Amino acid sequence: MKPELMKRMVKGPDGLEFEVEPLRDYYCEAAPTVMPGAYIKIVEDLFNWARSESIWILGFGTGCGAIEMRPLMTPRFDAYRYGVQWRPTPRQANLFIISGYLSVKTLKRAIRSYEQMQSPKYVIGLGSCTINGGMYWDSYNTIKRLDDYLPVDLYIAGCMPRPEALLAGFEDLKKIIRAGKGEGANQYAANFDWYKANQKKVIHDWDMPDYNW
Amino acid sequence: MDFDWMKVPYALLTLFIVFNFGLLQTALIQKIAARVGRRHGIPVWQNYIDLIKNYGQRSSITHGVMFYLGPVFRLSGGVGLLLFVPSLYGSEMFSNFSFAGDLILALYFVFFGTLGMALGAGESGHPHAAIGVSRGLAQVTAAELPFALAVFSVALQYQTLSVTEIVAAQQGGFLNWTVFTNPLAVTAAMLSFLGSMMRPPFDVVLAPQEIPIGPPTEYHSSYLALMQTNRAIFPVAKIVIYMNLFFGGATIWPEFFLKVFCIYLWSAFVGVVFPRFRVEQSIRWFLIWAVPIGVLSILIL
Ligand code: SF4
Repeated sequence: MKPELMKRMVKGPDGLEFEVEPLRDYYCEAAPTVMPGAYIKIVEDLFNWARSESIWILGFGTGCGAIEMRPLMTPRFDAYRYGVQWRPTPRQANLFIISGYLSVKTLKRAIRSYEQMQSPKYVIGLGSCTINGGMYWDSYNTIKRLDDYLPVDLYIAGCMPRPEALLAGFEDLKKIIRAGKGEGANQYAANFDWYKANQKKVIHDWDMPDYNW
Repeated sequence: MDFDWMKVPYALLTLFIVFNFGLLQTALIQKIAARVGRRHGIPVWQNYIDLIKNYGQRSSITHGVMFYLGPVFRLSGGVGLLLFVPSLYGSEMFSNFSFAGDLILALYFVFFGTLGMALGAGESGHPHAAIGVSRGLAQVTAAELPFALAVFSVALQYQTLSVTEIVAAQQGGFLNWTVFTNPLAVTAAMLSFLGSMMRPPFDVVLAPQEIPIGPPTEYHSSYLALMQTNRAIFPVAKIVIYMNLFFGGATIWPEFFLKVFCIYLWSAFVGVVFPRFRVEQSIRWFLIWAVPIGVLSILIL
C-alpha cells in the first residue's frame, strides 16, 4: 500500500495534531445493495422509458475506440438527436462505455468510476478487445473479458466499430432498457463477491476499499 | 393586514406556466446554438425526459446537510424571485406577491441561489466544485455590479422601489420604455445579463472541459433534478425583472413569452459568436466596460 494511504498523524497549519486515515475518511465503505424498481409497474415503465431516452455517457475513453466516440458529437453524426449526451462526472452519468482494450492500470480507475455512478447504470463494451481481448489477447497487462469485471449490458463488436455502429448500439441499448433488462447495477450488487474476486485477481496493488463511492 | 388567499393558487399557476415555458425555452435555445454548429441538437422535449430520469434514479448519496440544502436554496432563490415580481402588469391573477419596495428583495434573491450553491458545493468536498464556486462567486459579483447600478439609476429615474410602479410608468407606447428613456442604464444591465446566464463567453464557471463541471460536480439524481428545475425557472424569473424594469413589462402571456425569449436570445446570440473568457478576463471586462456605463447612467440623471 502506498505511504500516503496509511493511517498517520498530521499537523495542521494551526499547530493542531490529528489523525488521518485516508481509506476511511475519503471513501464510503458500504457495499452496494440490490435496489428494486418502483412498486407500480407503470411508474417503472415510465422511468425506464425516460432512462432510455436520456442516456448520459461518462466521458471516459480507455482504448483506441475512444476516438470513435468524438465524431458522435459533431454535425456529421450528432448523437444528441437521440437523447444521448456526455457528462464529465461519473455522478451524473448513466452509461459507461469501455471503448476498447483495458489495461490493468486503467481497470482500477474504471472500477472506481463505475462504482461512483448512480444506479441504474449501464456498461457498453466497445470493440473486440472488450469481448475476448481482441488483438491484445496475449498481452500481459490488459484484461481479456470485460464481463468478468463489470456487468456489461451490450457489446459492439468490431476493430474498431464505426460511429454508425455506436448509434445502432445506442438504439439496441434503448430497447434493452425499455424492456426492463438493463439491471447491471443490481447484478453487480448481487454478485459483488464474485466481481471483487475477479478484480483483485488482476489488480495486484489494490489500495482502495472494496467499494468506493 | 389582510391577505388575499386567492393569490396563492394564482402564484402557483404562474409557477407552473413559467416552469414549462422555461424547460421548452432552454431546449430551444440549445437547439438554436446547435444549429449554429450545424447540428440538429436535442429534441425540444429532451429537458422533460432528463428531469423524469433524474427523479427516477434509484440511488443517491449525500455529503451532509448543506449538500441537501444547496439545491433547495437554489430553487427557492428562483421561485422566490419569480413570486415577488409581477409577471403580467395589470393582471389581477398574475401579479403574484409583489409589494412596494420589492425591487430590493428581487436583487437579494438574484444572489441568494448562488450563495446556497456555494455552500452546498463546498460541502461536497470535490476540488473541482470548490474551484467552480470560487470562480462563480467572483464572476457573478462582478456581473451584479453594473446591474445594481442600473437598478439604482432606474429607481432614481422613477423615484420608486416598486417594480409594479416602474412598469406602470413605462406604459403607453414603446417610446416610454426605459430602453429609450434611460439607454445607458439598460446597456449596463444588458452587459451584466450576459454574465449571469452561464453561457459563453462567461461560462468558465461550469467549464466542462477543464473542471468537470464546476459546482454541480458531485450532484446527481434528485439533487440534480432539483437544480434542473431551477435552471428552467431562474433564467425566466431573472428575465422577468429585466423585462419589467427596462422593456415595459408585459400585459398578456404571448407578449410575456415573446419578450422573455428575445431577451434570452440576446445572451445566446452573444454566446455562439464569442469564445470563452477566463475568470480574470471576464471580471476585468465587466469592470472596464459595464461598470462605467452604469455609473454614467446614474450621474447623467
Ligand atoms: S478492438 Fe481494435 S480498435 Fe478497439 S481497442 Fe481493441 S485493438 Fe483498438
